[in-house]
Amino acid sequence: MTEYIIKNGCVIDPTQGINGQKMDICIKDGKIVDKVSNAAKVIDAAGKTVMAGGVDIHSHVAGPKVNAGRLFRPEDKLFKSPMRKSNLRMEMGFSVPSVSKTGYDYARLGYGFVMEAAMPPLEAAHVHEEIRDTPIIDEAAMPVLANNWFLLEYFKNHEIENAGAYASWILNATRGYALKCVNPGGTEAWGWGLNCITIHDKVPYFDITPAEIVKGLIETNEYLRLPHSVHVHANNLGNPGNYTTTLDTLKLVEGYKANNDFDREQVMHHTHIQFHCYGGDSFKSSSFESKSKEVMDYVNKQKGLTIDTGNVTLDETTTMTADGPFEYHLTHLNHLKWTNVDVELETAAGIVPFIYDPKTYIAGAQWAIGLEVALFAKDKERCFITTDHPNAGPFWRYPRIYKWLLSAKARNDLIANELKYGDKVIDTTYIGELSDKEISLYDLAQMTRSGVAKSLGLSHLYGSLKTGMNANVAVYDIDPENLPSDPEQYETAFGNVFAFFKDGVLCVENHEIVNYSMPKKTVWVNSIVPENKQVERDIRDKFLRTYTVDLENYAVFDEHVHNPYKIKVDITQ
Amino acid sequence: MNTITITLAKQAQLYLEADLITPDQFAGKSTAEIGAIEISEGKIRYPLASFAKIEGAAGPTPEETRIVLNGDWSRVKRIGQQMSAGEIIINSNVDMYTGGWMKGGKITVNGNADSFTGIAMAGGELTIKGNCQNHVGSAYRGDWRGMTGGVLRVMGNVGNDIGTFMRGGTIIVEGDAFIHVHTHGEGGTIIVKGNVEGRVGGQSVKGDVFVNGKIDYMMPGFKYVDDVTKEVDGVSAVYAHYIGDLGERHPDVKGQKIFTNLYLKK
Repeated sequence: MTEYIIKNGCVIDPTQGINGQKMDICIKDGKIVDKVSNAAKVIDAAGKTVMAGGVDIHSHVAGPKVNAGRLFRPEDKLFKSPMRKSNLRMEMGFSVPSVSKTGYDYARLGYGFVMEAAMPPLEAAHVHEEIRDTPIIDEAAMPVLANNWFLLEYFKNHEIENAGAYASWILNATRGYALKCVNPGGTEAWGWGLNCITIHDKVPYFDITPAEIVKGLIETNEYLRLPHSVHVHANNLGNPGNYTTTLDTLKLVEGYKANNDFDREQVMHHTHIQFHCYGGDSFKSSSFESKSKEVMDYVNKQKGLTIDTGNVTLDETTTMTADGPFEYHLTHLNHLKWTNVDVELETAAGIVPFIYDPKTYIAGAQWAIGLEVALFAKDKERCFITTDHPNAGPFWRYPRIYKWLLSAKARNDLIANELKYGDKVIDTTYIGELSDKEISLYDLAQMTRSGVAKSLGLSHLYGSLKTGMNANVAVYDIDPENLPSDPEQYETAFGNVFAFFKDGVLCVENHEIVNYSMPKKTVWVNSIVPENKQVERDIRDKFLRTYTVDLENYAVFDEHVHNPYKIKVDITQ
Repeated sequence: MNTITITLAKQAQLYLEADLITPDQFAGKSTAEIGAIEISEGKIRYPLASFAKIEGAAGPTPEETRIVLNGDWSRVKRIGQQMSAGEIIINSNVDMYTGGWMKGGKITVNGNADSFTGIAMAGGELTIKGNCQNHVGSAYRGDWRGMTGGVLRVMGNVGNDIGTFMRGGTIIVEGDAFIHVHTHGEGGTIIVKGNVEGRVGGQSVKGDVFVNGKIDYMMPGFKYVDDVTKEVDGVSAVYAHYIGDLGERHPDVKGQKIFTNLYLKK
């Protein structure tokens, strides 16, 4: 029986409306409880902030694409892989960290759950093997489905029950969590050397549009009553003038209602929206402009949406996405190395290193747009902080983003001193208009904890300090009653958690990782649908004709999935 | 300038990694402190003094520090890595990565050096009196930012992959080179006074390559333009001028297309 009491901390927990109240948090046997015995170990949190463990909704941390990124960028580890510390495994890499470093760094930020953003179904076993080897954090993974031949055909004929039966089979076969949509139709069109730039561009051969695919996925998702909504990376990512495509995509939620037993309200989560808020027709400062306000105006009034930011951190990083045509486009912009793979009937992926150089106008503008999205968001329960790790920057830079959001001074100093084209950035974005706007620690807790858990349909497991919850608790060196005058202290405090409990196990104590051997979980959705002979036949048929693997060898087997935590959703009941 | 002499007295069972043998690390330290500087054998670190005898004194700054290495250093890697000033004289053969990422100062190897000599070098002078193996003045594996400055001179022959992803500086090979010279080049100058078997300037976008001997197999992506007289390493001669690699992109600078120039001595 292990007991802890976190004494006298300033607790911030939006799920209970607690904002900086001085109180004790008690932990017993892995859960948060009302009280503990005198034998409980005391953690003195006087003058510190106590929050639930962080929840990341979108991060590329495990699987074939991430691993290809590691292999393909030895220079990402050069001089950045110090000798192993005595009680930890070796930590390597900067933008694509090794699995050990990934787990440790999330723990150092006080995060307890991370959603792997893109799992190619065919490669699910690889994703689960890396999840197994990533210490501390609980993880789940979203199978990528918006360019899947089965679904394209079902959606074309508007067969939502068949699409549901197939998606349910995929979730079970891959031990997946939610339906991920990347460049709907565009990645498939890339097989013909084409792309889908608007939501009305037809996918070759399948004769279906991205709009039909996204609507089909929403209907399938709500038919299956899944915990999370469809998770969308829209068409036309990263291109000037793409905000109209983004708005068109977001408006597809109109008329749909969330149907689930998990407290989720939205029907679409749009990810890394920073990359989707561009105006103008080229990357030149004379044309490029921010359209974050236009996009956020719609997001603010549409309750059926949640978003995450995809903040640019101004680092050298590695872009990796299932948006194959985008990566091809990118390598022609920066002339750096590129790798690309086609995943049979399912999806594709590409990788290109990228430098967000503060000496260029465009990196400064992208940096500003990411922050604008967060600052414009009226309902912080529906807007979450990410870097689309590692696409816009490595996840361990989150504290730097918090700093830029919590402190207008930090933001304005950067524009004045580090951006070479700060004035042009102010002229072409809304960052100047927002020059005195700041978020609160309560907002931050919504954007990194309670809101995220709710959007994922995981509010019963994460993002809260309510009695009975799994004890994921982070204690930071920040005194809400006496906020730091130097914004750098935000970055230091949020990057080096004072104490962190994962499932009631003291993982970080006094800024040092002291235990990483706690059982981490792989969360997955066991979706149960009525028997569907047609889909069973379609699956057998496609595996016989087109897949390179046999159907019997496709599904991940139980031994692949580390400490599974099954969320059962049965629509036959 | 103060001289400190290190005599390697004992050979390690594995290869040693001596990235801390630089004037930057030695400057301002006593002999005992220098003896305590760590070198690695595999994953275990040892004080330098457990392998070597240390005599003389380091200068107060790297600029005023000369390090002379005596004994057999042929199984020691990374000497002079990232050094910024001062001088290292190695009276021996050395292993890989000598002078890698060096930013300034001077290294002279009175012997042969292995592969990766002077990789991603940014400044200073690196002279190898003997031969080198492969990847001389090249980029680190995977990196697109190779050598950016300095002068790297090999008096003997070199192997393959010389100056890959080079962006600046000069590499002079007084003997022969094998294959892959200035591959993916984005600048800089390579002079080969002997012969090259082939693959010179493949996928190279910008920079100058001089070959005084023969190229057995020219890259098909290079086109003859004209004959020019050029002064190369102090000697004037007539060269046949080729441009390439025509299969690559050709950036426009002020209305002029940029190519890699290959000069073959007539």
